[in-house]
Amino acid sequence: MLVFLILMKFKGKDIISIKDFTKDEINYILDYAEEMIAYAKGEKYRDILKGKVLSSLFFEPSTRTRLSFESSMNRLGGKVIGFSDPSGTSQKKGESLSDTIRMADSYSDAIVIRHPHEGAARLAAEFANVPVLNAGDGAGRHPTQCLLDLFTIRKEKKRIKNKKVVLLGDLKYGRTVHSLAYALALYGANLTFVSPANLKMPNEVVGECKDLGIEPISTSNLEKAIRDADVLYVTRIQRERFPDAEEYNRVVGSYKVNYELLKNAKDNLIVMHPLPRVTEIDPEIDRTNHALYFKQAFNGVPVRMALLSLVMGGRK
Amino acid sequence: MKKELKIPLIRDGTVIDHITAGNAVKVLHILGIPKSTSSVVSVAMNVRSKFGKKDIVKVENREIDPQEVDKIALIAPKATINIIRDYKVAKKHKVELPNEIIGIVRCSNPTCVSNANEPVKSRFKVINKDPPRIKCYYCEREPEDIADRII
Repeated sequence: MLVFLILMKFKGKDIISIKDFTKDEINYILDYAEEMIAYAKGEKYRDILKGKVLSSLFFEPSTRTRLSFESSMNRLGGKVIGFSDPSGTSQKKGESLSDTIRMADSYSDAIVIRHPHEGAARLAAEFANVPVLNAGDGAGRHPTQCLLDLFTIRKEKKRIKNKKVVLLGDLKYGRTVHSLAYALALYGANLTFVSPANLKMPNEVVGECKDLGIEPISTSNLEKAIRDADVLYVTRIQRERFPDAEEYNRVVGSYKVNYELLKNAKDNLIVMHPLPRVTEIDPEIDRTNHALYFKQAFNGVPVRMALLSLVMGGRK
Repeated sequence: MKKELKIPLIRDGTVIDHITAGNAVKVLHILGIPKSTSSVVSVAMNVRSKFGKKDIVKVENREIDPQEVDKIALIAPKATINIIRDYKVAKKHKVELPNEIIGIVRCSNPTCVSNANEPVKSRFKVINKDPPRIKCYYCEREPEDIADRII
């Protein structure tokens, strides 16, 4: 009965923030994503979204998120319209986001949006009748990334509760880590935050974790932090989020994950990264069992297939 | 010594009392005064009271709807609304923040979509009433300096 009620809630639902979901709803998405793996790999085929059209509106660059959404739609028999560069659209002529959304709403059955302004997806959802999926709004939220990160940890570690997860890097501006810290706390993971002094996790996020009963540890000692860790989640220092170049130059290259760093880590430590990476993970790690980031990126497909199917009523 | 009233009693209208000292002008702004009324409006600032200094606003011949005034709790959480009829207090109401604040406060986040050129009003969820704490509906940012963000 509970499962049926959750399923009914998803049809037509906007996916804006991970905080819009209960733990039961997140579990439901992750379980459904498990079922999608064979279809995501192309080993099986189902056309449950045949006849449906997805608007893919990317006002900011993206590789994984856009391609995996589009792959997901195609793998389920649907079609994709949209753009990956707004310079070829009426936005260039000064059209507002709300008007662009009204158009996409009339041309499709769901809208995926990435936009540089925080709250853009929430605004889009106000103007659209069809479900809106947030593919990243500025330095704000990125719920589908959060879901695929949870999916990856749960799949690799069997559970999330009590696992020690170290979040490393730009914890101030990084859009994935804020939602992820909240979601991991919701699942009862042990959290450690490692960052340069001026890129610390905002107090607001630390407070949210505490409200969920988790006391995150903040440290600058990365080597010690990963000694008994199960997951090391690395983020890029994003030049585009810094208000000034000087602040960026002070911190870029301040940490690097390499053999030397991981020599005292647990054998089954997994290293994750939302990608793209620049210099923060040495390519020498790619060949080790620690490297999970490419598999993590693949997991975006089954998770997004599950979401698209749910919001467009593909699952009966 | 003879006590003197700083502003005269009003026969009919509304008195907003116990406004945090220095915030009377912002209160008028939130209420859309003077645009929303042509009645006489008196303002007293830094009036001494047993709780320290306060501001007072009196609007003659107009009974302001208490719900309309509730939003001033953002900057004057201790304010009271007195509806005056024939020189007597007919109704007294302590302001209480509504659950949502729309079009009153600008989001402090410069890259919030509510600050872009979109046909929407700013919108905040109230997460604490006293002291007031609000969170942007769009970007989820919490402005620290609410009084300075009043539109």
